[in-house]
Amino acid sequence: MRPQRRTSLSRALIVILLLVSAVVALTPLVWLVAATTKGPDDLFHYTFFAPRFSAQNYHDLFTKVPFLRYLTNSLFVTGATVIVQLFFSSLAGFALAKYEFVGKKVVMVIMLTTLLIPGQVVMAPLYEQLYHLGLVDTRLGLIIPGAVSVFGIFLFRQSILQVPDELLQAARLDGCSEFRIYWDIVMPVTRPMIGAFCLISFMAAWNNFLWPQILLHHDDKFTLPIALNQMIGIYGNQYGMLMAGTLVSVLPVAILFLVLQREFVAGLTAGAVKG
Amino acid sequence: MAQVLLRNLFKRFDKTVAVNNLSLEIKDREFMVLVGPSGCGKTTALRMIAGLEEVSDGDILIGERVVNNVSPKDRDIAMVFQNYALYPHMTVFENMAFGLKLRKVPKADIQKRVTDAAALLGIEVLLQRRPGQLSGGQRQRVALGRAIVREPQVFLMDEPLSNLDAKLRVQTRAELIKLHRRLGITTVYVTHDQVEAMTMGDRIAVMQGGVLQQCAPPMEIYQHPVNMFVAGFIGTPSMNFLKATLNKSGDGYSIDCGAFTVSAPAAQAGKLDAYVGKPVIFGVRPADIFDKSLKNPIEAIEGNIVRTQVDVSEPMGDIITLYLTAGIHSLVATVDAETQAKDGQALDVLFDLAKTHLFDPETEQAIY
Repeated sequence: MRPQRRTSLSRALIVILLLVSAVVALTPLVWLVAATTKGPDDLFHYTFFAPRFSAQNYHDLFTKVPFLRYLTNSLFVTGATVIVQLFFSSLAGFALAKYEFVGKKVVMVIMLTTLLIPGQVVMAPLYEQLYHLGLVDTRLGLIIPGAVSVFGIFLFRQSILQVPDELLQAARLDGCSEFRIYWDIVMPVTRPMIGAFCLISFMAAWNNFLWPQILLHHDDKFTLPIALNQMIGIYGNQYGMLMAGTLVSVLPVAILFLVLQREFVAGLTAGAVKG
Repeated sequence: MAQVLLRNLFKRFDKTVAVNNLSLEIKDREFMVLVGPSGCGKTTALRMIAGLEEVSDGDILIGERVVNNVSPKDRDIAMVFQNYALYPHMTVFENMAFGLKLRKVPKADIQKRVTDAAALLGIEVLLQRRPGQLSGGQRQRVALGRAIVREPQVFLMDEPLSNLDAKLRVQTRAELIKLHRRLGITTVYVTHDQVEAMTMGDRIAVMQGGVLQQCAPPMEIYQHPVNMFVAGFIGTPSMNFLKATLNKSGDGYSIDCGAFTVSAPAAQAGKLDAYVGKPVIFGVRPADIFDKSLKNPIEAIEGNIVRTQVDVSEPMGDIITLYLTAGIHSLVATVDAETQAKDGQALDVLFDLAKTHLFDPETEQAIY
C-alpha cells in the first residue's frame, strides 16, 4: 500500500472511532435534554425528542421547589470556595516555589502526606471542629474547610517553579513589593494553570455531595446536589422535572469548561514541551 | 549619576567563597566591565550591587550612601538581565512603564519618558507588542529601554549580549557604547567575553576564583597583564606560554626555551637579576609573532628569530592563524594573510621582543 493511502485510511479509522466515542458520550446528554422538554405522557413514549415541546418541567422546577435558591446557594458556595482556594493555593505555591525558609522541605513532605488521607476519614473530626466553632449548618462551614487545597498548592508550586527568577528580580528592582510580585507578575504568567485549577476546583465544589449533606440541616442553605437528592425522594415519579434539575445543575460546569478549555489543556500540558 | 564603591566585599555560600575581598572603585560616568570565566564571582558581585544577593562582609557604596541594607528598589539602579526578564504578559510600553507606575510617576511623564527612550532605541513601532512577538535583538532593546526610562544613577548589565547572534552582538555592542556616551550613566557590565570587555570598558576588572586580578583600562590590561591568568584570558588567540630559563649573556639577558633562545628586552634588565639561572615562563602574544619573509614592523636581529614548523594554518581573511611547533613548544601566531607558509613546512618567525612577557612560574605574577 502506498504511504499516502495508508495515512488517509488510518485517518478515516481515527475519525470513525472518534465519532463513535462522541455518540456514546453525547447520547445520555441528548436524552437528558430531550427528557426535560417532554410532558409526562410523552416521556416514555418517545426515546428522544417528542413532537410537542413542553416547558412544564422547568416551570415546575422553579415553582414547586425553591430551585433558584439552591442554584444561588451552589453558585455562592462554589464561587467563594474557588476564589479562596485559588488565592491561598497560589500564594502558598508561590512561597514554596520561590522562597527559601527553614523547614520548607518538611512542610512540603507533611503537605504531600495529607494527600494520601482520604477525605472521608477527616470528616468526623472536622465536623466536631466546625461544631465548636458554631459553623455547622452554615455556608461558611462549606467554604472554610475547602479554603486550602494541598493539591492546588502542589499544582501552583510546580507551575511557578517554571517562572524565571530573573522576572521576579526585575520586578523587585522595578519597585514591586513581594505581594505585588505575586499579584502583578506571577499570577498573570501562570494564567493557564489558574484556568485549569479553577475548573478542577469548581467541579469539585459544585459536585460536592457528602460534606454538605452532613453539614447542612436546613433546606434554605442546600446546594444543588443535596437538593436534587431530596427531590428524588419527594418528586420521585416526576422524571421530567428531575431531569430539568439535573440539566440546570450540569450547565454551569459545561459552560465553564467551554470558556476555560483552552487554558485547561494548556495548563495540563504546561512544561511538557520546551517553550 | 554616582560612583560605586566596593569595599572589601565578600560573598560566602556555605563553604564556597564566591567573592573574596573585592575592592573596586567605579567612577562616576565610568563604563566598568567585570570579566572572567564562569564561576569567577563577577555576576555575584553585580547582584550584590543590585541588592539581589546579601553581602557577607564588606560595604557597597552608591554615591555617598552605604547600601548594604537598602532594598533593591531603593538603590536607584536599573539592571539589564542576560535573558532580558521582560514581563511576558505586558506590552513593550507596559514593560517600560511598569517601574515608573510603581513609583507613582505622573501618567504624562511616564508617556513622555517611555516614548523618548523608545525613540532613542528605535523601538517606537514595537510599543504595543508583547515580548513573545519580538526578536532577540528587539527584546534586548526593550530591556535596555526599561532600564533607561528609570533614569537611574547606575546601570547594571549582566551579560546582556550573550543571547544574541554574533552579528547582532557586534552591532549592539557599538550601540551600547554610543548610548553610554550619550547618557553618561555609571555602568557596571558583566561579561565572560573578553572581546566585549576590551571594546566596551573604560576600565576592565578581571576576576578569577572570586578574586580581583587586575583593574585597568583595556590596553593596559592587554599590554601589561599582572599575571599569567590575565595574560591568558585577555586577547584572542590566547598568549603563548613557554617554559624557559633566564640566563645572563654578556651585557644582556637571554631566555632559553630549549629549542631556541631569545633575548630579553634591554629595557627590562633591572627586573631580571633575581631570576638569572632560574626557570621562568616566557609569554608572547600570537599577534607579536611575524613571518620573517614578509615586510614587518620589526627588524630581524639576532635573538628574535625562531625556526618553527607549521602544523596547521587557518586562513581568516585578513590574517592567517598558524599553529607552529618549535622543539617541544607549540605556538600560535596570527600573521599577515600574504604569508606563504604551508602546513608541514619550516617557517622562520620573528618575536617582537619589546612586547613579550616574563612570568614567575611559582607565583604566576608578571616579572615584566
